[in-house]
Amino acid sequence: MRLLRFIARRLVKGVFVLLAIVVLNFGLIRAAPGDPAQVMAGEAGAADEMFIQQLRERFGLDKPLYEQLAIYVGGILTLDLGYSYRQQMPVSQLIFDRLPATLLLTGTAFFISLLLGVLLGALAAARAGSWTDSAITIFALIFYATPLFWVALMAILLFSVTLGWLPAFGIETVGAGESGLAGVLDLLEHLVLPATTLGLFFMAVYARMTRASMLEVAQLDYVKTARAKGLPPGRVTRAHVLRNALLPVLTLAGIQAGQIVGGAVLTETVFAWPGIGRLMFDALLQRDYNLLLGIFFVSSAMVILFNLITDLLYRVVDPRIEVG
Amino acid sequence: MDGFWKRFCRNKGAVLGLAIIVIVVLVALAAPLLYPQSPWRMVQRPFLPPFSVDGFWLGTDTLGRDIAAGVVHGARVSLLVGLVSTLVAVVIGVSLGALAGYYGGLIDDGLMRFTELFQTIPSFALAIVLVAILQPTVDSVVLAIALVSWPPVARLVRGEFLSLRSREFVQAAVVIGQSNGRIILTQILPNTLSPVIVMASLMVATAILLESSLSFLGLGDPNLMSWGYMIGAARTVLRQAWWMSFFPGIAILLTVLALNLVGEGLNDALNPRLARRSR
Repeated sequence: MRLLRFIARRLVKGVFVLLAIVVLNFGLIRAAPGDPAQVMAGEAGAADEMFIQQLRERFGLDKPLYEQLAIYVGGILTLDLGYSYRQQMPVSQLIFDRLPATLLLTGTAFFISLLLGVLLGALAAARAGSWTDSAITIFALIFYATPLFWVALMAILLFSVTLGWLPAFGIETVGAGESGLAGVLDLLEHLVLPATTLGLFFMAVYARMTRASMLEVAQLDYVKTARAKGLPPGRVTRAHVLRNALLPVLTLAGIQAGQIVGGAVLTETVFAWPGIGRLMFDALLQRDYNLLLGIFFVSSAMVILFNLITDLLYRVVDPRIEVG
Repeated sequence: MDGFWKRFCRNKGAVLGLAIIVIVVLVALAAPLLYPQSPWRMVQRPFLPPFSVDGFWLGTDTLGRDIAAGVVHGARVSLLVGLVSTLVAVVIGVSLGALAGYYGGLIDDGLMRFTELFQTIPSFALAIVLVAILQPTVDSVVLAIALVSWPPVARLVRGEFLSLRSREFVQAAVVIGQSNGRIILTQILPNTLSPVIVMASLMVATAILLESSLSFLGLGDPNLMSWGYMIGAARTVLRQAWWMSFFPGIAILLTVLALNLVGEGLNDALNPRLARRSR
């Protein structure tokens, strides 16, 4: 019951944040230089007069500002994110067509980074001061400082161009038309490089965080008690230290779920991955503002959802947390 | 000050980082002397590999522009954007955080909701949208980076203000009748500087990464040579000419790594109690 109330409250809060983003979007279109109708239609002069006139009527651009806002919000509430003149398709359809690819990529990257990051961090903390620790720490420092898009390019150079192990572009082998198991394998092969490079930065973050957090927890009294009563060191590390050390990592994971969506723009651009990140890059190139703002809105909604999920997980992992 | 340096130098990584930063800053300052000609100028045959012709150690790009000149001039843009946007973000964050933490109540609630809102919005996506709509110039890039980076500063400063607000020296200032503005600026703010400086040094690193990502996507100032732009322009010829994207990337990596190392060193030196705990 408490949990349901908590979810309800968070959902209401999420809706308010979304509304704020809608208003921000509305303001941004009008902040762009030039006629909002032209801005929505794409690069000035790209759209014909008839379409511009339709846009004016559709968004009530000759009406007062508050009425325009009401029309805009009404459109979003019915999942109408406008029309992309450049791609000749509704924005919402463009986005939802591409969403599965992005969810697959970001989900895999998130999973890889969290799993490997925590593992590496725990390993470094368990062997604090050793060579393993130094190696992991340096590895984390370097990937924490490397631009995502550059790692992606270098990975293509090494694994696709030089070694020829993995495909560099796309989500499937063009023209192969494989189905069943072969198709899945083909997809996985294409997924390895983008997901790993997208996850590397966050892997470094989690490794650093887990290491610091575990070393901190390891000094607490209850851990000393556990050791003193003769529990095997491995069990103390896993059951007593790691579990509590993971709390700050989880908080971080919630925040970074959002950044992974942003990182997808870079990764998908480099690897020609057909998701909403690549769509955003195309929208940028074509100055397709309506599509751009639509993607911005949808990715914000995704972040709010991720945050809600991590808050719930947090509650499961740490029953002490009183959700409020 | 003596103790500060001693503690800073005890962290070897931080010293290494500081050395790299000093070199990068010197190179950036000396760019007009090292490469007086515009980095956009075509000076040699295109697609010249590195170390093949004297004077063009890093090779040339698809249009025959000197990569080394681009890397050197790019340092100016990266450092400038990194520093200025961080400064703007710190000013916004400190102001809002100080007001929220000092006055509490409704002001605190309102400002913190506002901060949370900005923290929820995916920052890179917001930066892209802002720069695209305001048109790519140095100003809009700086503004966009500042607008997505201030929330952590606000939260940090608010927390510091909340705990310092009830301390005796602040109470004493209230009792002797100092104005709120004076207490905020002369009593509490100086005591929050250490953590803010540490955070700011790490923010410069993040800002440089953000700037390079934006210019990689073609959202940099079209009149200024930057590392991200160079990599973005070389992306399509990656197979034929690795060096065009390799060297600017190394420049970003080294600069950001050095700033992070310095940030950690500053943390050790300025917050000795905190630092020891995490070791």
